Amino acid sequence: MSSVAKVEAGPDVSGSGHDAVLVVGGGIAGITAALEAAEAGMSVHLVERAPQLGGRVAQLARYFPKLCPPTCGLEINYQRLRDNRAVRLLTTTEVESISGGPGAYAVRLRVEPRFVTDRCTMCNACAEVCPVDRPNAFDYGMSTTRTAYLPHEAAYPARYAIDASTCLFDECAKCVDACAYGAIDLHMQPEIVELRVGAVIIATGWRPYDARAITNLAFGHSPNVITNVMMERMAAESGPTGGRIVRPSDGAPVRSVAFIQCAGSRDRLHLRYCSSICCLASLKEASLVLDRNPDAQVHVFYIDLRTPGTYEAFAAGVLGHPQVHAVKGKVADILEDPGTGELVVVADDMVGAGMSRTRVDLVVLATGMAPSLGDAPTAGVDLDEDGFVVEGTDAEGILVAGCARAPVDVATATVDATAAAMRAIALVRRSAAGGSGGVPRRKEA
Amino acid sequence: MAARKTGVYVCEGCGIGECVSSAALLETAAGEPGVAVTRTSRAFCLEDSARIREDIESEGLEAVVIAACSPRVNRQVFDLRPAMVRRVNLREHVAWSQAPRDEATQELADDLLRMGIAAAQHTTPPVARIEDCERRVLVVGAGPAGLSAALSAAEGGYAVTLVEREAQAGGFLRRLHRGWAPHASLEPVDVDGLVARVLDHPSVTLRTGTTVGGVEGQPGRFVATLEGPDGAETVEVGSVVMATGFEPVAAASFAAYGLGENPDVISSVEMEDLCRAGELLRPSDGRPARRVAILACDGPADTANLPYTGNVTSMTALKQAMYVRERDPEAEVYLVYEDMQTPGRDELYYRRVQEDHGVFLVRGQVRAVEPAGMNGDAHLRVTAQNTVLAGDVTLEADLVVVQQGMVPTSALPAGSGALSLRYLQGGAMPTGRAGFADSNFLCFPYETRRTGIYSAGCVHRAQDIGQSRRDGAAAALKAIQVVEKAASGQAVHPRVGELGYPQFLMSRCTACGRCTQECPFGALELDAQRHPVINTNRCRRCGICMGACPVQVISFPDYSVEQISAMQKVISLPEDDEERLRVLVFACENDAYPALDMAGINRLRLPVELRVVPVRCLGSVNAVVVADAVQRGFDGVALLGCRSGPDYQCHFIQGSELLGRRMDNVRETLGRLALEEERVQVLETSIADARRLPGVLGGFVEQIRGLGANPMKGF
Repeated sequence: MSSVAKVEAGPDVSGSGHDAVLVVGGGIAGITAALEAAEAGMSVHLVERAPQLGGRVAQLARYFPKLCPPTCGLEINYQRLRDNRAVRLLTTTEVESISGGPGAYAVRLRVEPRFVTDRCTMCNACAEVCPVDRPNAFDYGMSTTRTAYLPHEAAYPARYAIDASTCLFDECAKCVDACAYGAIDLHMQPEIVELRVGAVIIATGWRPYDARAITNLAFGHSPNVITNVMMERMAAESGPTGGRIVRPSDGAPVRSVAFIQCAGSRDRLHLRYCSSICCLASLKEASLVLDRNPDAQVHVFYIDLRTPGTYEAFAAGVLGHPQVHAVKGKVADILEDPGTGELVVVADDMVGAGMSRTRVDLVVLATGMAPSLGDAPTAGVDLDEDGFVVEGTDAEGILVAGCARAPVDVATATVDATAAAMRAIALVRRSAAGGSGGVPRRKEA
Repeated sequence: MAARKTGVYVCEGCGIGECVSSAALLETAAGEPGVAVTRTSRAFCLEDSARIREDIESEGLEAVVIAACSPRVNRQVFDLRPAMVRRVNLREHVAWSQAPRDEATQELADDLLRMGIAAAQHTTPPVARIEDCERRVLVVGAGPAGLSAALSAAEGGYAVTLVEREAQAGGFLRRLHRGWAPHASLEPVDVDGLVARVLDHPSVTLRTGTTVGGVEGQPGRFVATLEGPDGAETVEVGSVVMATGFEPVAAASFAAYGLGENPDVISSVEMEDLCRAGELLRPSDGRPARRVAILACDGPADTANLPYTGNVTSMTALKQAMYVRERDPEAEVYLVYEDMQTPGRDELYYRRVQEDHGVFLVRGQVRAVEPAGMNGDAHLRVTAQNTVLAGDVTLEADLVVVQQGMVPTSALPAGSGALSLRYLQGGAMPTGRAGFADSNFLCFPYETRRTGIYSAGCVHRAQDIGQSRRDGAAAALKAIQVVEKAASGQAVHPRVGELGYPQFLMSRCTACGRCTQECPFGALELDAQRHPVINTNRCRRCGICMGACPVQVISFPDYSVEQISAMQKVISLPEDDEERLRVLVFACENDAYPALDMAGINRLRLPVELRVVPVRCLGSVNAVVVADAVQRGFDGVALLGCRSGPDYQCHFIQGSELLGRRMDNVRETLGRLALEEERVQVLETSIADARRLPGVLGGFVEQIRGLGANPMKGF
């Protein structure tokens, strides 16, 4: 049995006592919460289900409204992590249960085997000899990697992993021989880790709502209907097309794109809430389409454009582009021209004249955010009817940050996470001082 | 200066040994000043890191040069303090991106190694400046954000002084009738309970009727002047939370809607007052208001309100519709709006109002609000252009409510600025978009330009009560964090934990003041002789002052003009071969350098002519090092930095922009030497450019090749 995964931001958490904070989820909210707490003097355990940190933001091509690459901010965060011995990182790890109460939680973690130890130097020899491909979930299945793979070029930790679902293990074991550093252990077993912590921050984020459930929008029927998260990968230089925006059916450059807003959101049959970021995400993706394919026409079908606050200036800039056409109306149907692979978007144009038909090369569904825990609850964490985490009364008890709390943008998630770090510190210190978790000490009369 | 005793460790792992001759590199190293130990290993990051440690102890090495992987990885393995460590990137920048076993590749590796050794020779261990620090947090403004910040910091174990301009704490909460509650419901605002909870905390001191007359000093040692009912007093604090809130858009701005003219046209704030007072009565005649028109005053065509109204305006309009309907089931509400900004779960309020048969939602732009009706039955007529049906809609109402946007106090005219900073760079908090005291970054919402001062609540962003409270708690975290970092002499974000700080060779300072102007964080003040004085706890260690200084008197112990010059000088410049060009590259450590690494990770070929010097920020590059390089005979110099301008990506705000301005000096040098301007270029580079860089840099090298070798070589 191998030891618990160790990474270069090594464990140096004293005693694992109740003076530490557990952060569940290593996306932008979780990373932020962990670092902010650690830099204020706390010991932190950061656990992440995937083999690498970064969560959904690491998969984005750009952020709105500045159209800057998420890797830029993540790089700073990863350097902060690399230099910080107060954060203990566990990847390929999920929380099995949380018990106890504010100031004194017992947490049970399950560490899935990565099959690559911390001896990995990132040399790529394992991938060179690996004979089996796996679908690359990081690219939402639009590409493959070898079964021994680096999660992505900016991955943190910078270490390979082996996909248990496709590995041939002892039948093959070529990677074991190829690795000059003895970093591969195909017999690695799952491990249970038990922790005691004073506070828990849930930052488990979101998953894209399953577009197949929206039956009239042709996802899964036509290869040229994709989701917004797939569009991000296509627009990313590190993605399956190297940043070229093309039709999946034939790889031809896209001359026209339709963005369908509220694909599953604000819909009683799917997600009843607004997913908050999709309007801005589509407008950002529209900018990326025009950047890569300057002659393209972009159509945005929407009910309301949600671009609050200072985002309005960004939205106005994109909507003011002569090749961007915003259509207020609900999309009824998407038809495929079997001859050309083109798609016809049939919409009820609320401002223009009735039903409109728009012919495009590519349809992008602005699928919404479903909370990750919604269909995979964790014992000890309360969820509301939409699957978001219910924060303890007045933020005492289990704390929550980012899209585990509500559908939010990055700018809100990072505020949330910093606030959760503060509340975790307050909780731990209050408990350590002997006060009960929920009631602050009173002044003497 | 005696050469520093140095060990050089050339790793052969990850393909380095197959790409270049490590034996030849060791030979090179052995000939350099100060080098006492040289070794190779198949992987220094594994067991052999212990051998480096042993050498440090047994040989008394002061510096260690590790020629292996990128400095971005294995940082803790190669943290070999007390020895100073310099990393040489033979993996990503050579083995993974150059032709193996090639003479030009070997020359590159040789140069990089000598650059690393030279850098190590010009590095002294940074020593933190540690001074006594005050840990008290000053919170300015006792609205929801300030109250939350004060309570959070107090519960975290810090003393708090909470300052409120009004006679009572509570801020704008005191004017609200109801707040938003879960499940699209409304609830009373328990402002007294909230205030009591904060004030009951033994660590919180409240000063009401008090404003801040001035703030000077630095994190850990700020001195704030508080002007209260009993006169002025000073208080020493470690950090500051600015939670000074907003002012509603002035009523005069809504004159076209009749606000201020017709008593039955009221503002959204007055609507809260009316509803809080009891029955909803018309101000003109005291009769109950049965038909209420709520005008969101939003959308791009509405010029009365702010261009950015945010979701708070939409949500307040929905909330006030609910007020009317909750108190009178017969009452009717017309809500005229253009953009219903109810993102996320705010949507559920919108839905609730949509489902209310007594609320009529009209999507449109208000054109006129006019008095109508006979005496004794006075009412108002609202005409709106329906933007969905493209026709006019006329509504009759007893009462009209216009929604006022929120102007952050940081955007109010000078003099009303809440903190009155006593900084050389001015008294106001630097602002970002639309005048908010925001940092303009998504990833780091508290990346303030005034270290130790963090904004929260509606001065930071237009936000609701719940979000303001989270923002307040978050700002409190940054406030306690900066105090702890200051107490141990460490930098805060983004170079967290950095100890070295700029030092000034004051005997050569010409008192030009440029460093004080260019510092993005206002870290430098002037003394009586107009010489710069560094506030180390304000300093974020970007090195922009070092780049700015025209006489190069500013340096860090581990980062200096001298160090970069030394690296440049050991690079071989073949004089006999027109083909063997040398291009010096200055690359931003956070974006361009990782992009070059990722080119290597993807095994893309980079031009072998490049010699890369990582820099903290392009703004830290002094024009003199660029001029020296072309004078010495470098064929070209490429400066890789982040995007500047309104959507800047520089984490030190304006580093690349400042470098751009300094290029005038470089062009002057080029002109004097009769060299082509194209030999020195700033190439905007983002971290996502790994695939683009080989082409961009290859193109640059080819352009230089077209110009021919630099004739200055050998002079």
